[in-house]
Amino acid sequence: MDAKIFDMNDVDVAWCPGCGNFPILKILKQALAELQIEPASLVLVSGIGQAAKIPHYFKCNVFNGLHGRALPAATAVKASNPALTVIAESGDGDMYGEGGNHFIHTIRRNPNITNIIHNNMVYGLTKGQASPSSQIGFKTPVQVAGVFLKPFNPIAVAIALDASFVARAFAGDAEQTKQIFEEAIQHKGYALVDVFQPCVSYNRINTYQWFKEHCFYLEDSHNATDRNEAFKRATETDKLPLGIFYTNPKRTIFEENTGVYHEDKRPLYDRDINMLKLQELVEQFKV
Amino acid sequence: MSKVSTSRIKGDISIVLCGQAGQGIQTVEFLLTRILKLAGFHVFATKEYMSRIRGGMNSTEIRASTYRVSAMVSRVDVLIALDRGAIEHIEERLSPNTLILGEKQIIADKAKHNGYQFVDVPFTKIASEIGNAIYANVVAVGAIAGLLGLNLQQVTGYIKDYFSAKSPEIIKNNIKAAEAGYKIGTDLARSGKITINVVAGTQVKDELLLSGAEAVGLGAIAGGCNFVSSYPMSPSTGVLVFLAKHGRDFGIIAEQAEDEIAAINMAIGAWYAGARGMVTTSGGGFALMTEGLSLSAMLETPVVIHLAQRPGPATGLPTRTEQADLELALYAGHGEFPRIILTPGTLQEAFHLTQKAFNLADKFQVPIFVLTDQYLIDSYYNIAGLSLEDIKVEKHFIKTKQAYQRYELTAGGISPRGIPGYGKGLVCVDSDEHGSEGHITEDLNLRKKMVDKRLKKLELIRKEIILPELVGPKKYRNLIICWGSTYHIVREAIENLSREDTAILHYKQVYPLHPGTVDYLKSADQTVIIEGNATSQLGKQIKLNFGIDIDRKMLKYNGLNFAVEEVVDELQTLLA
Repeated sequence: MDAKIFDMNDVDVAWCPGCGNFPILKILKQALAELQIEPASLVLVSGIGQAAKIPHYFKCNVFNGLHGRALPAATAVKASNPALTVIAESGDGDMYGEGGNHFIHTIRRNPNITNIIHNNMVYGLTKGQASPSSQIGFKTPVQVAGVFLKPFNPIAVAIALDASFVARAFAGDAEQTKQIFEEAIQHKGYALVDVFQPCVSYNRINTYQWFKEHCFYLEDSHNATDRNEAFKRATETDKLPLGIFYTNPKRTIFEENTGVYHEDKRPLYDRDINMLKLQELVEQFKV
Repeated sequence: MSKVSTSRIKGDISIVLCGQAGQGIQTVEFLLTRILKLAGFHVFATKEYMSRIRGGMNSTEIRASTYRVSAMVSRVDVLIALDRGAIEHIEERLSPNTLILGEKQIIADKAKHNGYQFVDVPFTKIASEIGNAIYANVVAVGAIAGLLGLNLQQVTGYIKDYFSAKSPEIIKNNIKAAEAGYKIGTDLARSGKITINVVAGTQVKDELLLSGAEAVGLGAIAGGCNFVSSYPMSPSTGVLVFLAKHGRDFGIIAEQAEDEIAAINMAIGAWYAGARGMVTTSGGGFALMTEGLSLSAMLETPVVIHLAQRPGPATGLPTRTEQADLELALYAGHGEFPRIILTPGTLQEAFHLTQKAFNLADKFQVPIFVLTDQYLIDSYYNIAGLSLEDIKVEKHFIKTKQAYQRYELTAGGISPRGIPGYGKGLVCVDSDEHGSEGHITEDLNLRKKMVDKRLKKLELIRKEIILPELVGPKKYRNLIICWGSTYHIVREAIENLSREDTAILHYKQVYPLHPGTVDYLKSADQTVIIEGNATSQLGKQIKLNFGIDIDRKMLKYNGLNFAVEEVVDELQTLLA
């Protein structure tokens, strides 16, 4: 399938020239095309922020909801119709700050969705304040003395919660990132892909060059099913590992755990109430 | 207001159980209401309780009657005092006619000191002799059954079934406890200390006995609800529990969300994908959902919100009742958009309006409230039945075509709603202002068109407003206005007053308000509004919409619902 199938015509893109969102957009389209996922069976769910505008540059079904709330909506979309491919995608501020509680509990819930976070370690749309992943000492108009809050480590948190798929990618590496996206989308269960990207307008520290110098790929010998080892690797911060840190294919998925698809595979929209059962239930109130 | 009024209707007994949380009052309420109904009595039960698991002082009122009863009375004919604090707890409701049953060493001095009739019933001693003090509550069930002359075999049979999952010894001991209590009750009835003039009928046995929470839950199932996401909060949790219990049978996903924000965003996500989602919450929880409410309006992806009111602000009185969130439901959410607020007054309405809410949501693509309160949710009574004849899941979504546009500008304001994966089109919804295809826009002319389109739906909604119900004479001098859970309380009060010049106007929908309001109000010489809040929130809406001032207000906001006698007494003064 040609990735062009996901292209929008005549769209006014609101991203700055050179933004790390552009390669992520392109790579994701390629990954979906290679996996033969049709636009009509794909739902992109996002929150608010520059990264969260990605569904507007994507030809597919779109749910652009509230700031920080993509994951609960995405979980419900998938649970209501498991045949859909559901991707929840936003920036670091949206997913880890405003939506932090949902991040934790969606991992616990384990719906079969992919969660892509554009992580540029800064707030873009609100013009340059610190994000949960901004590094210590990062100066902004609000954090005037530099950030002194410990940066949020999504990879370590996800592994601590036994997330079923945990990976980190870098927007500057198209081929590796595409492979990670493909594995994440194909993975059955919640799949986290934290994608490093530069912000050319508000983060002059964590540039393409900086990421190139500070990142490396996990060795081929890395055992992604060893949770303790994965956690250890997630805590490395001098140099930041990229790749698939951890997978746990044994975790059962939310849609199946709800029980509503055990006997009936139809999506919820295609069902009707069982009047006979309702009549029986009403009768139970006679005693 | 006089301290205690006695009911003018004979053939009705009010039994109140009062004790600490953890003393098994709930079990007594459950067993007695069902046993009494089985025996052919009309029953009503309601409870008031403290926000704690153990201790404190809680009470349950059970009315057994020859006639249909559906409201709380203040009067206490028999008080079963399981704790020393019981008399003080409900003293305002006691009278010299109240018969107090309790343990001599615990409560006799208090009862006698205050001049009440007292009968020593050694609940704990009897229970301990059977094997364990925990059987005391079943001794109490037996005592009431004996007092009302129920058939002992029927009582023990029901108790046997109720405890059937327990060990044979526990079943045997509970039956013994019921038998011992029954003997005390029959002896008491023969003693002449109390005259019971309640008569059982034959038709009640086959009626339904359910609570407000169960009626809302059944209504949701009948409405085709197949997704409920909520965060537990009194008094709304019963509906979540009910739907979770029956989820497997009816294909309902019942998910306890991490917070109310997740709950409403999930429910909206479910509707987007074609499911029928609902949240059940109370004031504080709903306050957290208000951004989601606004999202529902903007996406034109509906949501059904069951909002069970309790007193606020903030945590307020978590287990008590109030009608003070009408304005919250009406004004919540940023921006301007239409909504619908339904306010059931009876169990039948709780069922039918909740069912209807799902079809209205699907049709108008707006958020819909089912506004109840703790009193309605926690009260039980028997009703003749629930009609399922007209129950139909009216699906308004369409199968999309290739060039589908979610927000197509239409004459009526309603754009046909597609869902992803059904048809060839793409379904794009956006919390930003958007164009007809559902993508973000800052075209300010388009913005205006979209606002107009969303607001236009209100005109269609106005064509289907539920008419308020006029109870009583068509020609009246006094009109008593009320809404939601006070329906039966006010109705019974007016019946007791037996005034032919007074009617009730009960609202089952408080937004939008029915324009027929004007004629009803103008036909009255005097209007009185009864509301469970401090500022007359419906009264303010009537003034705002129709420019009519209500003459008199009867407002209550101490955390308890109105009792029938209270309304009788106050109306006697107001209507004099």
